[in-house]
Amino acid sequence: MIRLNINGKVHNLDVDPNTPLLWAIREQAGLTGTKYGCGVAQCGACTVHVDGTPLRACAIPASSVAGRKITTIEGLAKGGKLHKVQQAWIAHEVPQCGYCQSGMIMAAAALLQANPKPTDADIDAAITNICRCGTFQQVRKAIHAAAKA
Amino acid sequence: MSAIPNISRRSFLVGSAAVGGGLALGLRLPPFGPALVRAADGSPEINAWVVIRPDDTVVIRMARSEMGQGTITGLAQLVAEELECNWSKIVYEYPTPGDSVKRKRVWGDFSTGGSRGIRMSHEYVRKGGAAARMMLVQAAANQWGVPASECVTANSVITHRPSKRRVSYGKVAEAAARLEPPKDVKLKDPKQWKVIGKSMKRLDTRDKVNGKQVYGFDLKLPGMLNAAIRECPVFGGKVKSFDAARVANLRGVKKVLQVGDSAVAVVADHWWNAKTALDQLPVVWDEGPNAKVSSASIAEMLKEGLDAEQAFVGHSEGDAKAALAGAARKIEAVYSYPFQNHACMEPMNATARYTPEKCEVWVPTQDGEGSFAAVLSASGLPADKCEVYKINLGGGFGRRGAFQDYVTQAVRIAKEMPGTPVKLLWSREEDMVQGRYHPVMQCKLVGGFDGGNNLTGLHMRLSGQSILAAVRPAIVEQQKGRDPLVFQGVFESGEHAIGYSFPNTLVDHAMRNTHVPPGFWRGVNINQNAIFIECFMDELAEAAGEDPVEFRRKFMGKYPRNLGALNAVAAGIGWTRPAPAGRFRGIAQMKAFNSFVAAACEISVKDGSKVKIHRIVAATDCGYAVNPAQIERQVSGSFVYGLSALFMQECTVKDGAIEQKNFDTYQSMRIAQMPKVEAIILQSGGEPWGGIGEPTICVAAPAVLNAIYKATGKRLRSAPLKNHGFELV
Repeated sequence: MIRLNINGKVHNLDVDPNTPLLWAIREQAGLTGTKYGCGVAQCGACTVHVDGTPLRACAIPASSVAGRKITTIEGLAKGGKLHKVQQAWIAHEVPQCGYCQSGMIMAAAALLQANPKPTDADIDAAITNICRCGTFQQVRKAIHAAAKA
Repeated sequence: MSAIPNISRRSFLVGSAAVGGGLALGLRLPPFGPALVRAADGSPEINAWVVIRPDDTVVIRMARSEMGQGTITGLAQLVAEELECNWSKIVYEYPTPGDSVKRKRVWGDFSTGGSRGIRMSHEYVRKGGAAARMMLVQAAANQWGVPASECVTANSVITHRPSKRRVSYGKVAEAAARLEPPKDVKLKDPKQWKVIGKSMKRLDTRDKVNGKQVYGFDLKLPGMLNAAIRECPVFGGKVKSFDAARVANLRGVKKVLQVGDSAVAVVADHWWNAKTALDQLPVVWDEGPNAKVSSASIAEMLKEGLDAEQAFVGHSEGDAKAALAGAARKIEAVYSYPFQNHACMEPMNATARYTPEKCEVWVPTQDGEGSFAAVLSASGLPADKCEVYKINLGGGFGRRGAFQDYVTQAVRIAKEMPGTPVKLLWSREEDMVQGRYHPVMQCKLVGGFDGGNNLTGLHMRLSGQSILAAVRPAIVEQQKGRDPLVFQGVFESGEHAIGYSFPNTLVDHAMRNTHVPPGFWRGVNINQNAIFIECFMDELAEAAGEDPVEFRRKFMGKYPRNLGALNAVAAGIGWTRPAPAGRFRGIAQMKAFNSFVAAACEISVKDGSKVKIHRIVAATDCGYAVNPAQIERQVSGSFVYGLSALFMQECTVKDGAIEQKNFDTYQSMRIAQMPKVEAIILQSGGEPWGGIGEPTICVAAPAVLNAIYKATGKRLRSAPLKNHGFELV
């Protein structure tokens, strides 16, 4: 049994300790907004926050983050109000197919938390997620817009 | 706002006679459905495209699939323009292929590929909206006892002008649905458009930023189990044996089974447990004769085709061979293009529930009818016992249309566990090695000049793989062995015609098929053909001592729209002015999917191999631009796909299998490498309309290659550029 604190809610999960956090979140906690894309920490579709730090949930065992504060895309909005990154994403219509966007948004939200006014170079360094639809031009605009919000 | 897959079958209380007994393919498309049909929630269906609820919600039916390209928003704009409805009250819904069969294909083609969604259905969906509006107006007029001609519509409200009476669509929908559909339906003149041509907000954004969008990977059904699968990595190989007992007792495992001849699967409570067990499952493969094939052996086979006697002709004007034989000077070059995987962000998947009475499948698919056919075939049940529920796709790019292998697998697994829904998810590794790959192609180009430096002839010999031979052999048979698709972009005429008239031209193809299954892949053959012809145009221009743009223009007199796109990007990049210090430019143009596209880029190269693309100016003349902002997003996105392919992506073959198994060895562009894309949209109007999803993908690569030559003096004639030591920074 692993005790995970996801989006402020405690989940006691009957899961093999080696199960990646991604699959514990998706299949045990039932939160499917966090996506599987590669399983080897390449694409970033599974990005979640662990104590505020963006991590690739496919490559860390669920047991290693027991008791820590995990935030997924479902927990980003607060009190029914979308996070400013989500709002900017809607205003700039970033998503195309949308599959990678949960991870992209989580990476962007973490960047703005650490660096409220990122430069283009800061964005280049922090956002390393793969998007096959190629939404990068919109992603950059939306991050700058969220920084100003 | 999103189309959540229906768990229970949608029922039509009054419908046309069921077709039954198989896919009624080939039936002529009737524009409107039968009178008085109700949607699942009881709301009246005005016609097949439009359902209006009592609260004025407008449900627009979509036969095409949303995979990010924005087709549902564009199609909704087409319907809404004629329907004159309130845009903020629009939702969309996917009719099921099973219902389509029952209703004689009232929604027409479901297939979503070839940039067809809007360009091939704009007329009948607009007529669907226009007819629905006429019926709503008539219903209101009947209620008021006035002539319909005295009524006007706007924003889902009908107004009787003389008396100023008003009624909303929702109030008269029930009566409208009982009327005979109008026979004479006129469409607006494009000059009157208010919704088409505007950058309306996408209908599917919100659920994609909060994690609510349900992709196939995310589907949950009561009592559902999860399956992981591994097919023989050597294409054409089979399962010889596997030791199920070794993993049967692992955590969560419910079943270990063979799927067809060539795959094994583990079904478990959770997918992670299924995958963990599958990874430990000992399997012995009968790899067959293909186990000896390598990238080198395939390249040898293609190389032989470059000079082979027999070849299929795609384009012939004058006598190119004679012109080249008599040329004062010849320029020759050989190019090549590799296998590439689609690498959709969402790997292949399908969920199936089978009982002898019913087989249902939930699947992200580019072709609902193709999925439906696969369900029929794999389940062995008749059409009235099969159904497919479409789910929005996490990327498609051609992998999820003509190929329904994952649907077949899911049904085969579910058939072994009747009554239990099974969700089959491919791992990224499975997705990488079981692709339907961008075909391999080599190309030898020979251009001849006379003594006055005038181009007198061009021979373009393609040697490589045919998609149609593998996927639609009937078409190849009709064409006496020829695959017309390999000539995309270099045809004499049609939607993929070349934009040049040379004095003597021959484009031919030596078909050299491999055991690696080929597939449609965003743009497909325009990707390599644009590189071949547009880079060689630069080589010819240099040989003639002319500017690449001026040289092209000499041959474009008959192609004003190609020229319009070329001129637009030349102006946009500032072609006639010197580039900023250290920067170099390249240009390319193409016609594909009836759109005329061009790109001009500005790059710099550091340390001889690190390429920075600063800008790409891209022009698209698609006739009519339904949603300009979405077109811009698709254009810049297509460059990410096309330039990732150019710089980074190759699937190599070793011992008959694909070597690249994940994004670590099959890289894709990141935001740091993204050039600034400046999209220019040209609207020449008229018929036929052009497509958007694919055309521009092909012009970025040759423009960048031409710029790299200017910067480095190196003609890079094979992709990916990582093989030449070049990287995108």
